[in-house]
Amino acid sequence: MNLALPVLVPALPVLGAAATLAVGRKAPGLARPLAIVPVAVSAVLALVVALQLGTGRTLDAATRLTPTGGPDIALALHLDGFASLISVLVGLVATCVQVYSTAYLKKDPRYPSYAALVSLFTAAMFLVVYSGDLIVLLVGWEVMGLCSYFLIGHHWETADARSASLKAFLVTKLGDVPFLFGIFLLAADAGSFRIPDVLAAAGEGRLGHPTLIALLLLAGVAGKSAQFPLHTWLPDAMAGPTPVSALIHAATMVAAGIYLVARLLPVFLLSGAALVVLAVMAAVTMIGSALCALAQDDLKRVLAYSTVGQLGYMAGALASGDREASVFHLVSHGAFKALLFLAAGVVIHAAHTNSISVMSRIPGLRKRVPDAYWTMGIALVALAGLPPFSGFFSKEAVLTAAEHAANGEALTNGLGPASAVPQAAGWIVLISAALTALLTGAYATRLFLVAFHSPTGAAAAPRVLPAADPATAAADHEAGAPYSPEPDEADPATAEPPAMRWPLWVLAVPTMGFGIAGLRSDWLPALLDGGPLRPSGVTAVTGTGLALVGVLAAYGAWRSATARLGTGGPAPAAEVVVADPGRTLLGPLFGPARHGFGVDRLYDALFVRPVAAAARLVRFLDREVVETYVRGSGAGADLLGRAVRLAQTGNAQTYLSALLAAVVLLAVLVAV
Amino acid sequence: MSPAATLLAATGSLEPAARSFLSPTGQEIVFLLVGIAVLGSAVVAVTTKQLVHAALWLIVALGGLAVEFLLLTAEFIAWVQVLIYLGSVVVLVLFGLMLTKAPIGRSPDADSKNRWVALAVALASAGTLVTLVVDAFRTSWIDLGAGGGSAAVTGASLFRNWVLPFEALSVLLLAALVGAIVLSRGDKRRVPAPRAGKLRAGRPVGSNGTVAATAPRTAPEAAGSAAGSSDAPSAGSSDAPSAPAASEES
Amino acid sequence: MHLAYPAVLAALLFSVGVYGVLARRNAVLVLMSVELMLNAVNLNLVAFDVWLRDSLHAGQALTLFTITVAAAEIGLGLAIVLLLFRARGTADIDRATALGDPAEALATEEAPAGAEALKGQATA
Repeated sequence: MNLALPVLVPALPVLGAAATLAVGRKAPGLARPLAIVPVAVSAVLALVVALQLGTGRTLDAATRLTPTGGPDIALALHLDGFASLISVLVGLVATCVQVYSTAYLKKDPRYPSYAALVSLFTAAMFLVVYSGDLIVLLVGWEVMGLCSYFLIGHHWETADARSASLKAFLVTKLGDVPFLFGIFLLAADAGSFRIPDVLAAAGEGRLGHPTLIALLLLAGVAGKSAQFPLHTWLPDAMAGPTPVSALIHAATMVAAGIYLVARLLPVFLLSGAALVVLAVMAAVTMIGSALCALAQDDLKRVLAYSTVGQLGYMAGALASGDREASVFHLVSHGAFKALLFLAAGVVIHAAHTNSISVMSRIPGLRKRVPDAYWTMGIALVALAGLPPFSGFFSKEAVLTAAEHAANGEALTNGLGPASAVPQAAGWIVLISAALTALLTGAYATRLFLVAFHSPTGAAAAPRVLPAADPATAAADHEAGAPYSPEPDEADPATAEPPAMRWPLWVLAVPTMGFGIAGLRSDWLPALLDGGPLRPSGVTAVTGTGLALVGVLAAYGAWRSATARLGTGGPAPAAEVVVADPGRTLLGPLFGPARHGFGVDRLYDALFVRPVAAAARLVRFLDREVVETYVRGSGAGADLLGRAVRLAQTGNAQTYLSALLAAVVLLAVLVAV
Repeated sequence: MSPAATLLAATGSLEPAARSFLSPTGQEIVFLLVGIAVLGSAVVAVTTKQLVHAALWLIVALGGLAVEFLLLTAEFIAWVQVLIYLGSVVVLVLFGLMLTKAPIGRSPDADSKNRWVALAVALASAGTLVTLVVDAFRTSWIDLGAGGGSAAVTGASLFRNWVLPFEALSVLLLAALVGAIVLSRGDKRRVPAPRAGKLRAGRPVGSNGTVAATAPRTAPEAAGSAAGSSDAPSAGSSDAPSAPAASEES
Repeated sequence: MHLAYPAVLAALLFSVGVYGVLARRNAVLVLMSVELMLNAVNLNLVAFDVWLRDSLHAGQALTLFTITVAAAEIGLGLAIVLLLFRARGTADIDRATALGDPAEALATEEAPAGAEALKGQATA
């Protein structure tokens, strides 16, 4: 097949980014087409490439980039079903986000740089997906991280955005360093940076340190995909513009870690310990983040914690040895989470606040934004994993994989023996996934009910109009809750032009229908590894039942809270006014969960403060000790200069005296 | 005869027993006396506080040197010395003193603050040179023969062997003549205006301030020391050249 | 005649000239001292010419040249001194320190003027 097409897919957005940056300031009218068209063309090309490639085939092409003396680095393409599927997802979401951004950031003076960065990010993601070489993949990986840093800090006027971007950068880099060493070790063992060679080496058992490699790589994956020890940057990253959250921090970049593990799964299958670590990581991540999501007040933080949890699902599927299920969930989650974020952006524009407790007091919000209301409902149902939307099928695929792994018959689809996956990993994933299904149903319901269905007329809440100035909006959300506000100049009356509405419906289509692709083995599974993706009976009933229980529990708690609120009369504090089912359901856990179980505070005490203290020490040493020497040498030179200056009197006789005296002295010295 | 052979001949014919510092010839005695006079007048010339007197003492020193030349049988050079140094150079110096409004009479600040350093340097160089010279030439004797420096001999040497340097020197003299005229024409354009770029903080612009500062300083001194000065007329600097001219004639 | 007599006399005369060059304040007197030094050299040249009985009479010829050059030198030197006097109102060498360090120059030669300027600024 023609190589130009897959090469063009990552190249076009780069050119678009450069063009946007070049002309964006001089011709603002050109910025929007230059932002949308290359990304859209790339998306179409990605689809064409996927169709041309068809199922069950792979494409490998490489040109040697640079001789290193060790393993060569090659500009390599490696296309298979996984790559083409994810590239289509990336293209779709990126196009929707670019279109959406034209309206969302209509009045933003920095729109050209924003659009260029989004284009650049898209290119980097394509590169990661298509790359057949680990170093080239790393380049895309780091460019994504950089774009993420810049885009989170898009509103750098606010301290929140600045610190959030810095935090995201540092935390992901913390994972990237071991990741880099993992790549080096992997290439050293396999003798090549090329992914096919690495996989071949893994298949032949030529890798010397599979556990070490897998654990090092997992550190990078945990940083990028926001898994448990390194997940703290993602909720704070919501300070970036909402479309960026949709694209980068929900659909694509955070999925890159999952994608990488899926690509290199044969390596991970060599090490049972790494799989157990991955399983534990996934379990802690999904349960903890689901609990946190249930307690958040900031709409985008709810979604962020939900993203962390769903990434935990994918990681769990990988720990069970089934990369099909993982990628299946990745794609469906990418669609419905991007949809959720875009809808949330519409709601936030309309309500002029991020806080769902404030939204609950805005009358008629759901009538103001019907598109967002309906699409958000659809996506939340998919998130909760209720049939018949895509989330149900993909989540069931994960549960099925875990069940098989727990029974000792993991669905590795020929990548390795089923016995490679420890049963413990399967059990851990299975139990935590079931629990998370329950919690997911609960927080999805809570979010929907609190944001849209609060009894505003009955409550004593004043008729809060969309707050005109951000100060009151910021003061309005519940005190003490983590909050990632985004400066937003949109007029609430015209908050959702068509460019912000139809991307929602475009994304709603795969949200509703994509799950069916896994039903028949010659549809989606044929594109991937060929294993079954059809939900099995036991897990389907259990998972759906648990999700339903969660939904009903949240509904019940909400009803009782609303009823209490209705009879209790006007309450003094703002947070009591809101009927929050999360408070009832979580009980004493509510406070810690709202603050992410204090992980941030723990890290602050464990790492940030010692580092800051060390920095202060270094600063002291530099200022007081090293600088003293510097200043002393300066003062010494100055004094010397003053002394020498005395000699320069301008009086020729003095000079001549010194000259002759020296001549006499020299003559005497030479003679004697 | 080559210089080396000459040297051999000169040293070979020495008779150390007959020649000694303890038995000086008449020439040597005269040379010594005139030399002491030359040295003394030179010392006075560089130390006297009366600037015009310094020039006059210089005449004595240079004239003494002319005598020394004569004693060394270089008679042509002795007359050239008298003509050029006594006749023109000293007159030029006196004109220079006059034109720069040098004070008549004693001026206490004739020596700069550098005096003691200068004395040390001069004594050191004198000590070094005398030690060296005495050490090197204490056994060398000059055989003086009359006519060695006569005008005929010098002229023959000059125009046979030294024609080219002679002509080059004439060009140099011309250049010096032109240069001196150009420098001292006093054209307004020739005198650079006070340059703004070179000024330093606190320095008064131009020379008016310093002229004003020097003029009052010299006037009282001239008036005060007029009585003490022996040969300076009371009128002032305009009559100063007449005195050296008179002394030169005598 | 003993060679040491003219040689020592020349050395002493030269040193006297050195003292004059270094110690005299008036530029014209400095030029005079330079003449003394040149004459010391002349004496040496003549003495050694006679001592060596040079057939070329190099010493005497060079003495003549030196006298010529000295004449040219003093002519030009006096012209320069006159120019200095016109430009700065003084022929004192130790006041022509424009190339010196500004602070030093101020401190040594023009402190009163500088102080007056400062006072003027302070009162104004």
